[in-house]
Amino acid sequence: MTKPVRSYRSRQTRAVGAILTLGIPGLFLLLFVAVPLGVVLVSAFFKRGRIGGFKPEFTLENFAELTRPVYAQVLGSSLLMSATVTLICLVVAYAAVWAMRTLTPRGRIIALVAILIPFWTSFLIRAYAWMLLLGDAGTINGALQLFGVIETPLRMLYSPEAVILVLVYLYLPLMILPLAASAEGLDSSLGDAARNLGASPWRSFRTVDLPLTLPGALTGAVLVFVPSMSNFVVPDLIGGGRVLLIGNVIQDQFLVARNWPLGSVLALVLLLLLVLLLVAQSMVIRRIQGGSK
Amino acid sequence: MRRSGLVQLSAAAAVAAIALTACSSGGSTELDPNADISEQTLTISTWPEYYSPTLAEDFEAATGVKLNIVHHATNEEGFAKVTASADSGIDIVFLAGNFISVLVEEGLASEIDQNAVPNLENLYPEVRKFAFDPDLKHNVPYAWGTTGLCYREDLVAETPDSWADLLEPAPEAVGKTTLMDDMRWTFIPAQRLLGYSINTTDEAELDEVGAVLKNAAQKSLAFDNTTYGEKLIAGEAVISHGHDGWCNTAASEDPRVSFAMPKEGSDLWVDGMVLLKSSKNREAAHAFMNYILETENQTWLVENLLYNVPNRAAMESLPDELFEKYPALIRDGASLAQMEQIEDVGDAIDIYNRINTEIRAG
Repeated sequence: MTKPVRSYRSRQTRAVGAILTLGIPGLFLLLFVAVPLGVVLVSAFFKRGRIGGFKPEFTLENFAELTRPVYAQVLGSSLLMSATVTLICLVVAYAAVWAMRTLTPRGRIIALVAILIPFWTSFLIRAYAWMLLLGDAGTINGALQLFGVIETPLRMLYSPEAVILVLVYLYLPLMILPLAASAEGLDSSLGDAARNLGASPWRSFRTVDLPLTLPGALTGAVLVFVPSMSNFVVPDLIGGGRVLLIGNVIQDQFLVARNWPLGSVLALVLLLLLVLLLVAQSMVIRRIQGGSK
Repeated sequence: MRRSGLVQLSAAAAVAAIALTACSSGGSTELDPNADISEQTLTISTWPEYYSPTLAEDFEAATGVKLNIVHHATNEEGFAKVTASADSGIDIVFLAGNFISVLVEEGLASEIDQNAVPNLENLYPEVRKFAFDPDLKHNVPYAWGTTGLCYREDLVAETPDSWADLLEPAPEAVGKTTLMDDMRWTFIPAQRLLGYSINTTDEAELDEVGAVLKNAAQKSLAFDNTTYGEKLIAGEAVISHGHDGWCNTAASEDPRVSFAMPKEGSDLWVDGMVLLKSSKNREAAHAFMNYILETENQTWLVENLLYNVPNRAAMESLPDELFEKYPALIRDGASLAQMEQIEDVGDAIDIYNRINTEIRAG
């Protein structure tokens, strides 16, 4: 008698476990991914409501809006800016990770923690700190003027370059972490062997280390590129609203112009672009890993 | 000044709810002369830090009515709050004029018994002519204001007197101007300079406005709605399109900051109190609106928050020095009342939206 009961119980426990482990994340995904995406998808096909929202009147006009050159222009400049940010992060992260490899394991942990610490502070506070640093009356200009290097303050804030700088600052850890993880597994004797056989440091990096850390670099690139592309706070604060990225246009549609349908269409375009990027990334990684086997 | 443009997500739900609440007709508009208001409890919804911190205690001491104050951060939120259910529990909501007219249209605003608000006499008579609520049938004005040129006296060669000083800045001001970040307000300087209505729906006019703004944006420092006062004090900006009250706040911190009303004129916003039909504390509500309009209660708002109020008695009772210190305090209510008010432009908002994007894309 006891045996079937126990198995019944364990089946029940398993069922409860399954509900908890699948149900909770499932519910989470439903509420915070599927429903919002559904709203975006649906409202893209309807007319806009008076104070936001949408009217139940089907239309394709929102997609026709996309043909206006200004959206292609904004999308183009957003792609260019995100690519620049990603590239700079990549170079800086390689330098940082290679520097970290010279440290003791304990030092490496301290370095990683130091990289993560800024994440514990609100991003807005850090953005305002950059504004204090870069402003006409800011710390850097103040110091340069104090030492007589310049007479009139340099215009640094409210420029595309400042936006790039702060985006790099913001997302650099997202590049360093996956890169550090893939460099962790790197067999340093391979590089030594290459150099023993006469390869220059650059050549041994390019032919040995780079291909082996490429999956980490690509993961980091996506992690940096995707949020750069959709960020709207940095262009607003650091760009002074004069640097317009696609994220700003989308935000404006929802919060200022109250045109949810157009915002949705633009959000879908952005989503499509980023999904294509992810597909491309996973294809490249698969090819690399397939090739190395 | 309190219109950051944030649309609460609940707004969509609110629209649906209006249909329901609009069906339920409100209670009687008659006031009970024998009602004991000290047995009533009043709930108002207003913006945070938009009233005296001791308002609830002072009002209770004066009338015996217990006052609850709840907050909304934006017009949209306040609107959504009172439209989301048939009885929100709110008796009086503070909203901007263009939102008040929608509440009236939806049949949610109660008529005001003007006999029960004798202090309406204190107001500038012009407030009765506003299109959003003629004759003050449904609202009691609380504060009003405008936008103009907030500038650094010591950093401009000539005192600015035209929107052109902002849009086509003199050499010393190039790269040191700020335009407003809130779309409808971004457009005002160019609309005024070109002599167009700030509510124009004419696409050709708006394209012309857009061209002027695009050029102005390239010569500007930033689009800024909230921190231009700090930029002026720091000297990063020398001329900003700014709100009267906020420019006064900046001037209180740095006397070199001043305010000029451009000769082409500007805009006017009005925030009013609306009694909701669902209110069961109508007598106390009228007592409250009357209390707010008392001279000393409105002068508190001017002296402490540095806003303009449409209350002539209050503005005239304030000392001249205050007006000298804060040039954005405007005693000439008649001239302020003439300014055009931002109204809903309907589907033309899409034209504004497109041009706004083009201006910023450079």
